This record gives sequence, C-alpha cells and structure tokens, in this order.
Amino acid sequence: MDEKDLELLRILEENSRLSAKEIASMTALSAAEVEARIHALEDAQVIRKYTTVVNWELAGNGEVSAIIELKVSPERDYGYDRIAERLSRFRQVRTLRLMTGTYDLQLLVSGKNMQEVSRFVSEHVAQMDRIRETATHIIMKSYKENGNKLFSEQEPERLPYSF
Amino acid sequence: MRNFVSERAAGIPPSGIRKFFDLVLTMEDVISLGVGEPDFRTPWNICESSIYSIEQGVTSYTSNKGIQPLRETLARHLLQRYNLTYDSEDEILITTGVSEGLDIAIRAIVDPGDEVLIAQPSYVSYAPCVTLAGGKPVPVECVEEDHFKPNPDTLMEQCTPKTKALMINFPNNPTGAVMTQGDLEAIADIVTDHDLLIISDEVYSELTYEGSHVSTATIGDLRERTITLNGFSKAYAMTGWRVGYLCAPKEICEAALKIHQYVMLCAPVMGQVGALEALRSAEEEKNSMVNEYRLRRNMFVAGLNRIGLSCHLPEGAFYAFPSVKGTGLSDVEFAERLLKEQRVAVVPGSVFGAGGDYHLRCAYAVSRKKLGEALTRIETFVSGL
Repeated sequence: MDEKDLELLRILEENSRLSAKEIASMTALSAAEVEARIHALEDAQVIRKYTTVVNWELAGNGEVSAIIELKVSPERDYGYDRIAERLSRFRQVRTLRLMTGTYDLQLLVSGKNMQEVSRFVSEHVAQMDRIRETATHIIMKSYKENGNKLFSEQEPERLPYSF
Repeated sequence: MRNFVSERAAGIPPSGIRKFFDLVLTMEDVISLGVGEPDFRTPWNICESSIYSIEQGVTSYTSNKGIQPLRETLARHLLQRYNLTYDSEDEILITTGVSEGLDIAIRAIVDPGDEVLIAQPSYVSYAPCVTLAGGKPVPVECVEEDHFKPNPDTLMEQCTPKTKALMINFPNNPTGAVMTQGDLEAIADIVTDHDLLIISDEVYSELTYEGSHVSTATIGDLRERTITLNGFSKAYAMTGWRVGYLCAPKEICEAALKIHQYVMLCAPVMGQVGALEALRSAEEEKNSMVNEYRLRRNMFVAGLNRIGLSCHLPEGAFYAFPSVKGTGLSDVEFAERLLKEQRVAVVPGSVFGAGGDYHLRCAYAVSRKKLGEALTRIETFVSGL
C-alpha cells in the first residue's frame, strides 16, 4: 500500500466507472499498472465492491428506510460480535454499527414500505435474544449519502476570462 | 472641452483579449479554459464562519493592518509552512487581494525613473502597476528552454544602475513553472550584487505538485530585500473574498501601510474572518482541491501532448502552457479560431508579455468532464488545420 494506491482508491471512491486508461492519464501510471494495482487491492479486499449512489426518491421507487437503535446485553466471551453478525445476515439490514452512547447497535434497515420495515423490526429484531430495547426512526428525506449531496446546486457563475 | 483622461491612464495598453471577451459573450456552449480562478466553491466552514460573524454584527472597518488574530495566525502559519519569519505586528499587512498588495508594494518602493525587472511571461497587471507608479517596467524573458524560469545571465544583462527591483511570480501564472531552492539561489547573488529588492508574488504557493514550495525570502540574506505577497484566493477557492497579505521588513511594510490606509483603509472584514477560518480549519479541503488539480493536470497535459501541442509538465498553479509553433498559427490566431470553430476559450500567451508568443494559457481549473470534452474539441480543431 503506497501513495499511488491511496490515490487510486480516492479516485475510484469518487467514480468507480473510470477506465484504467482514464485513470492512467490522471495518475501518470500505465494502464496496465493501474489494472494490476486495482486487482491487488481487490484481492486484498481493500476494495470491497463497486456500487452506485442512487437517489431512490428521484427514481420513484419509494423505498422506506429506518435507523434502528438497539440496546443489547453483550454475551460472555463474544461481546456484541455474534449478535451483530447474526443481525447482519438479514437482507433488510443495509448497515450495522456498534456505537458508543445510550444504545449499542445501530442498524440501517430498508423495505418496500413502512409495514415491511415495522414487521421486520417487530418479528425478527425485537424478539431476538439479548435485545433489551429497540427504537425505530423512519428516514423522511436524505440530503447527503456517503459524502454525496442529493440536492442540486447551481453552478456558480464565472467570468469567461480572468487573469 | 479638454480631454480629462490623464496621460498616465491613457498610456496603459488596453487588455489584450477584449475582443475575445466580447466574442465569447455572444456564443453558447463554450468551454472556457480562460478562467484564472478555482472552479470550486469556497469550503463551507469558511463561508459559515463569515456568515455567522455578519449575523453577530461584525461589519465595521478593521485596523488598517488587518484583524490581529488573522495576522497572528498567519505569522505562525508562514513559519510552520514555509519557514518564513515575519512579525505579526510590524511586518504583515492584510490587503484586499494580492492585486492591492502588488500595487502598494510597487508604490512603496518605486520612484519616477526607477526600472523594475519583470520576469515574463507574467501576470498582466505587473507592468501597468509599475508604469502607474512612474517606474519603467523592463521585461526579463523566461524562455521555454529554461522551463520558463529567469535565466541568471539574461537577468544580469538587464540590470542597469537605475534598476530598483525584480518582480517574480512562482508558481507562475501563466506557465506553471516553479522555482526550486537552487533556482532561487542562482538569482540571489545577482539581486544582492545589484542591490535590488524582490517582489515575490507567491499566490499559487499551495498549488505546488512536485516537492514543496520554496519561499524567496528564505534564501540566504534575501529576507531583508524581499516583499512576499500571497493570499487566500487560489489555495482556498476564495477569489471573490478579496483577501491577500503583504510581508516585508518593517520599514517597507510601514511604507506600504501608509499607502494602504489612504487608498484602501482595510480589507473587507468578512473576508478577513473567512481567511482566519481558512487557516484554522480548511487544511483538508485545501488538500483535496490541490489533489484534484494534480489529477486534472496529469490528464490534460498528457492529452495536449498526444494531440501534438507540446507542453512541459507544469509543476504548480493550475495552468498548462502548450506551444502552438507546430501548427503554423500564431497564438492569437489559434485562440481566435479555436473559439470560433470549436467553442473552446483559451488565452493567447502573448498577452502575458515576453516569452509568451506561440503559447496558450489553458486553465485546468474546470471539471475533468469538461477538460475531456475540451481536449476532444482541440483535437478536432488541430487535426483540421
């Protein structure tokens, strides 16, 4: 892992659809070397996968997402790991984190509609052993996801020439 | 009625690209590589702190020198970042952009008849500012073979008993050239031998892509004979805020302050507040912008060379300065036809004085997408010649 690898990661994180040739011209590496480095980063699982930031609201798909806070009794020898991994296996759980503060686990859950999300929480999450308390917060609107603003901004006007 | 315009004002040549300006305003879908400013918005934390200060009623004049916290933070920043030692009380003056800094620096040191050497190609205001101060601008041509840096021999040849100062700007607008420690040392002796002062405009210092910026005043004994000019516009995408600074030994700084207090009074307070926030907490934002410029530079310069417009790799600023010699067109003809035929605006190099002929200044401070499209259009134009 060197400075060039970090540069590749920064470029790909911003736009993973650039071709090796395009990245090569930006980084002064050869296209072959760009490809080799990306493969190595994939093999090392530094690059987990290539995905797309979608504004689902615009796409008209109308998925509902919620943040779920869980208070959990940790397990002897395993702490939060086993229960967190168990929860992670559910398709509906998009993101799962262990947090400091007044609760322990934070889940981002998505479903087709409010009913599906509520059913998932009450039937699958809340009933699980060691879960002491749940709090569900429905997401009303997303303004920024993973560093990407989801609202449009006008491009500032600039003079055509300036020195 | 007599003509009221002063001979001095009438004597300044009009802007070399007025006709381009008028033309571009009548056209649509133009990609402009003619803009000498960042395409980023000012980082939000800077804007937010300035907006808050306005809400708090911080809207008045400031001390002529600029607000104290800004000068003090700046003094520490200059020491840490460039190893420059300037006293925040007597040797740092906050100006309304580097443009004002240039003007008052020149007026503080130039007497009528004094000659001022200007390393060219250079920013367009240097020579007119010298003329307005009653001095005589003397171009020192920096040629492509020397990577657009002043050649010590050429410099020496231009020195006369009337020579008072040398103006340099590295990283350079329009060539992107950068002076290394060794390059500066090579001219330091000439400056000392001829008892000259250097006005060093370092406004692009943060946009240095290979190694780190070497500030003129850190070389040998040059500190005592250097006026360092810098500002926030380019590094922090703050062009419209109009905040720069002038650093010089006490006597010179005091002279500049006298002029500043009569012609400007102070730099705008909301700009100064924003500049302070920039120094305190916009390092990350600045670095990510610089990194993006580096990627664009690599991509754009590689593209120009592929097309056949030979271009050295600019080590700083955000300009590529390709040669059009191979096309058989002059820089003005090339720029004019490129604009009319392919709707890409660039600035002919000759606008920037000696050494700029047959070159184009292309600012790559535009998105990669636009740069890619501009390259395609330039390629179409060149292949049709």
